[in-house]
Amino acid sequence: MTVYLVTAVLLFSFGGFFSARRKAHALRASGPIHSLPQYHGIRVALWCAVPALLILLAWTAFEPRVIELLVRSYLPPEFANLSEAEANLVMMEIRSLAAGTFGISSDQAYVEDAAEVFRSFQKISDYAMTVSVMSFAIVALLWARTGVLRRYRARQSVERSFNVFIFLSSLIAILTTFAIVLSLLFESFKFFELVPLTDFLFGLDWNPQIAIREDQGASSGAFGAIPVFAGTFLIALVAMLVAGPIGLASAIYFAEYAHPQVRNFAKPALELLAGIPTVVYGFFAALTVAPLVRDLGIAIGLEVQARSALAAGVVMGVMIIPFISSLADDVINAVPESLREGSYAMGATQSETIKQVIIPAALPGIVGAFLLAISRAIGETMIVAMAAGLNANLTANPLENVTTVTVQIVVALIGDQEFDDPKTLSAFALGLALFVITLILNVIALTIVKRYREQYE
Amino acid sequence: MNEKKVTNPALEVSDMQAYQDVAGEVAVEDARVSCRDVRVYYGDKQALFGINLDLGSNAVTALIGPSGCGKSTFLRCINRMNDTIPNCRVEGNIRLDNQDINDPNSDVVELRARVGMVFQKPNPFPKSIYDNVAYGPRIHALAESKDHLDSIVETALKKAGLWKEVADRLNSPGTGLSGGQQQRLCIARAISVQPEVILMDEPCSALDPIATARIEELIDELSENFTIAIVTHSMQQAARVSQRTAYFHLGNLIEVGDTEQIFTNPQQQLTEDYITGRFG
Repeated sequence: MTVYLVTAVLLFSFGGFFSARRKAHALRASGPIHSLPQYHGIRVALWCAVPALLILLAWTAFEPRVIELLVRSYLPPEFANLSEAEANLVMMEIRSLAAGTFGISSDQAYVEDAAEVFRSFQKISDYAMTVSVMSFAIVALLWARTGVLRRYRARQSVERSFNVFIFLSSLIAILTTFAIVLSLLFESFKFFELVPLTDFLFGLDWNPQIAIREDQGASSGAFGAIPVFAGTFLIALVAMLVAGPIGLASAIYFAEYAHPQVRNFAKPALELLAGIPTVVYGFFAALTVAPLVRDLGIAIGLEVQARSALAAGVVMGVMIIPFISSLADDVINAVPESLREGSYAMGATQSETIKQVIIPAALPGIVGAFLLAISRAIGETMIVAMAAGLNANLTANPLENVTTVTVQIVVALIGDQEFDDPKTLSAFALGLALFVITLILNVIALTIVKRYREQYE
Repeated sequence: MNEKKVTNPALEVSDMQAYQDVAGEVAVEDARVSCRDVRVYYGDKQALFGINLDLGSNAVTALIGPSGCGKSTFLRCINRMNDTIPNCRVEGNIRLDNQDINDPNSDVVELRARVGMVFQKPNPFPKSIYDNVAYGPRIHALAESKDHLDSIVETALKKAGLWKEVADRLNSPGTGLSGGQQQRLCIARAISVQPEVILMDEPCSALDPIATARIEELIDELSENFTIAIVTHSMQQAARVSQRTAYFHLGNLIEVGDTEQIFTNPQQQLTEDYITGRFG
């Protein structure tokens, strides 16, 4: 029903566009007009479609609730005695019956009757909706079409509606972000009602198991986030030690040394790394790199755990190489050619020029690229979920098993959850802390990158 | 039209070609740089057609000509800056103190230490004023001690006429100076390694008249110690600073001679057309 209605409104809107444009063309033939014909067309089309579709949207949003209220007033008095949950169940039954879902029947006669009433209301509502939407579309079209006049400023109206559209789109994006942050905040507050903030921020023990039965062991959970964050930073550090030098060196190679043909082939190939799903990196880490690291460790007489921070960090480093390489390549390319020429003209070699002029000039941008890569590494989930451990272990030894914030969030929210349980709620507190950290890193990175930009423009 | 002038068919960019009839004497007695039959190609496109020109010791030679005539390309041959351009090929014989600079045995690093360059747009490095000037002496390991480096920097800045303005802020960034000061900083940077030749590629085109006058004065002073070649679009500048002037047109050297003679009594019709502003 709604689909037909939308199609009809859009068809009318198209018709309005062509009709108004033809009218404006006719006007233009006999003398100058203010706005070009297509602006008149677009304006009429917008007037026809937008208000009608908004009405349609509002109608479909509120219709079920209104009908439900009306149906309730038809129900016999015994319905009023039912509890909230039972009443909802009955209403659901009525709705299913009204929709004619196969295999639904009710033993209560009044339910059948109510479904009949429901159906009739729905029919009335559908007719009313069709009539009001279509009449609104037509009236708006005709009214807007009378505005196709010589001096009418249709162009300005169209520009304004475009502005409004763009503004609303960005508003939705921003509001969504705020909504996510707010929900994160509220759930975290719930967590901090159960676990003190100071315990969370400064506790050295993370063991979120809550006993189901009183007599179980380890019946009280511990929610000290420090080992979890330490593990995160340890893995991110290993990742940066891998990705930083390799990414920067490859960026320098691509920007300064590579023959254009090599660059055209190799740069997209490197950026292909960024296109590999992280879950693929994850099992690569768990099945290939982790055993390799352990075997290598054993070969040189080191004790390496099966799920070491080193293995996860190395694979994560490989993942963020293209990230650093691509960003650093951009900033190195942004260093003006005149600086290179100035350095070569002084008799500097290529590597002297890179070390002493280009890298210092690009340094703020490179630092920015590194910080963005770090915040990427901290937020990465799949690799560590598969390759890092589950047990919080406060250590600086990359050969040991550590866990990360993202892994703990995954663990907390997998399976059946109760949202009054600190274990589940801890996910939100961890998420909030992670969000704050990456936000700070991003702000610092963007500030540095911005300062760099100002230097050459 | 004056009858004694050699008239040439007007050359169009589309028919860039060798044009051998150079007016004036290309050779000088005390040549520091001597170029013979210099041809430059960008890929398949030839940009210079057998240029013969000498740069006299401790003299200023101005290279003038319309845009795209090859004067900058020629200038960049002298310190082999064209090496940095992909697809660019330089042929012919260029001698600095009678040594072939394109000889496989000659070292481009050493060459560029002996032939300094100042660019169109001031291009100080994003370093302090001190480090900008100390850049060359450091990479060529010219200073024996910190004090020695200090004195090299001070001398270069004094010669470039910038010392008084920056003596109290040597550690502030070179990019924070005004355009004219930046260009003098670049000149100080170029002379800090005691080159023999300084190439200047339109060094004043990004500067205001006051800063330009300052640089021109400086060029005059520097010509006592250095051999200078300057590319310029300003006839007045060429007339003010140079002793010899060479006129380039579509990849050819058309005329060369004493600056005064070129501007008062050019031998070629093309030269006269250009300096009287008929084209270019």
